[in-house]
Amino acid sequence: MTLQAPLDLDGAIALADAVASSAAFDTAPLDAAKQLLGAGEVVLEAWVEAAGAVPTEEEVEGYRLLALHRQGAKGNPTFNACRETCRELVYLRNVVEMSLSEGDLAQARHHLMLEAHVLRHLGLFVGGKLHESGLGDFCCSSRPLHSADSTITN
Amino acid sequence: MDGSDLKKVAYYPGCALEGTGHAYNRSTKAVGKSLGLELVELENWNCCGAMEVKNVDPKIQTYLSARNLSIAEDMGFDKVMAPCNGCYHNLKKAEYDLANDPKSVEVNERISAKAGHDAYKPGKVETIHALDWIKKAVGEEELAKRVQNSLKGIKVANYYGCMYTRPRHIFPEKDKGPGTESTAKPHFMDDILAAAGAENVEFPLKTACCGGAHSLSDSDMSTKLVLNIIETAEACGAEVIATECPTCHTGLEMHQVRAEKVLGRKTNVKILYFTQLLGMALGLSASKVGVQENLSDSRAFLKEKGLG
Repeated sequence: MTLQAPLDLDGAIALADAVASSAAFDTAPLDAAKQLLGAGEVVLEAWVEAAGAVPTEEEVEGYRLLALHRQGAKGNPTFNACRETCRELVYLRNVVEMSLSEGDLAQARHHLMLEAHVLRHLGLFVGGKLHESGLGDFCCSSRPLHSADSTITN
Repeated sequence: MDGSDLKKVAYYPGCALEGTGHAYNRSTKAVGKSLGLELVELENWNCCGAMEVKNVDPKIQTYLSARNLSIAEDMGFDKVMAPCNGCYHNLKKAEYDLANDPKSVEVNERISAKAGHDAYKPGKVETIHALDWIKKAVGEEELAKRVQNSLKGIKVANYYGCMYTRPRHIFPEKDKGPGTESTAKPHFMDDILAAAGAENVEFPLKTACCGGAHSLSDSDMSTKLVLNIIETAEACGAEVIATECPTCHTGLEMHQVRAEKVLGRKTNVKILYFTQLLGMALGLSASKVGVQENLSDSRAFLKEKGLG
């Protein structure tokens, strides 16, 4: 199986499904790890574009994914619900590279598979949030679903 | 936080631990007793405001949580232990809001006066989680000495959920370096269960969203998120997902069943409260820690592992 770069959020989830379920494919692990990270960017681009903004090309800590997350969370702390998910995606991509540099293909493949699972989570979360914007409001930003001016005590 | 301060603390179980999370209540108390720790339940405690009140008016939620802190203070405690992530989060948030938001202070004073009690002032009572309590009051070294039935050979993925670490600003004691909890990669549950002999697996979705707050309004979304958490745990080699929150626990259990029914995706990982695992490691029976109350039936698995 040869991996194709996804064009949209559904494509990113499909890519994650493919990598998570397939122990053997033709793409080299590091290339696949980079593709998964790129698919994460596609997911966050969908979120940023849905908010009417142009996805940034900048990088944070050397990764565009983290810059996109920061952009997506600006003024919307509920998006921090996927902050650690994004960081895990970067971390796992790096572990794949490190494992390969140490000649440990089994570890590289294991972490590639984990990276796919994390990408799937990011896709499901952002897809869910595009469908129901309140996802993450209650817990991750500790923000009520109703606006402040509708409260009883005001 | 000095461990000796934590031998006897105020206990705020919260509503969930009297209902769906009863096994967590039972196992928390049993573990405390086994470790020689004392929990004194708050007298006449009330709901922390949970999801419902917070969604109507967050200031009232702040008052409700503050009233519980006030009760702890009146009972002579400077620490209150809340094992439920939702309660823990709300009490922490109330503490933060009363220290930083004049409007919250004003509303708290107004409602407290109407209710006929003194308004809680921030800084009097520290809210801690069950994980803080056990880790700080006993510590891994002492825990390891007290283990009677090691969890050796049991592969565990520790799932902390969202409210234990987010939003970061309401947890000022976290991320303070060695010995403190991390909001990015929490580890207190890992540390405690490792001391009991468990083999913690690398699990990249420790704090990932389970869609819990939308479990009823959009069950399919929650099921997909939970299924991915469970499948990831299994891909990491876990036989058990350990939880430390009744909402996470119930969500994982319910959606594990629902994923099989609705999506035809069967998973086998067992879901247990960390206090249940720790309790059995300390020599308590499976029934003593309420394993039979879990929806996820792990009795045969535990028997096979020589526990319970």
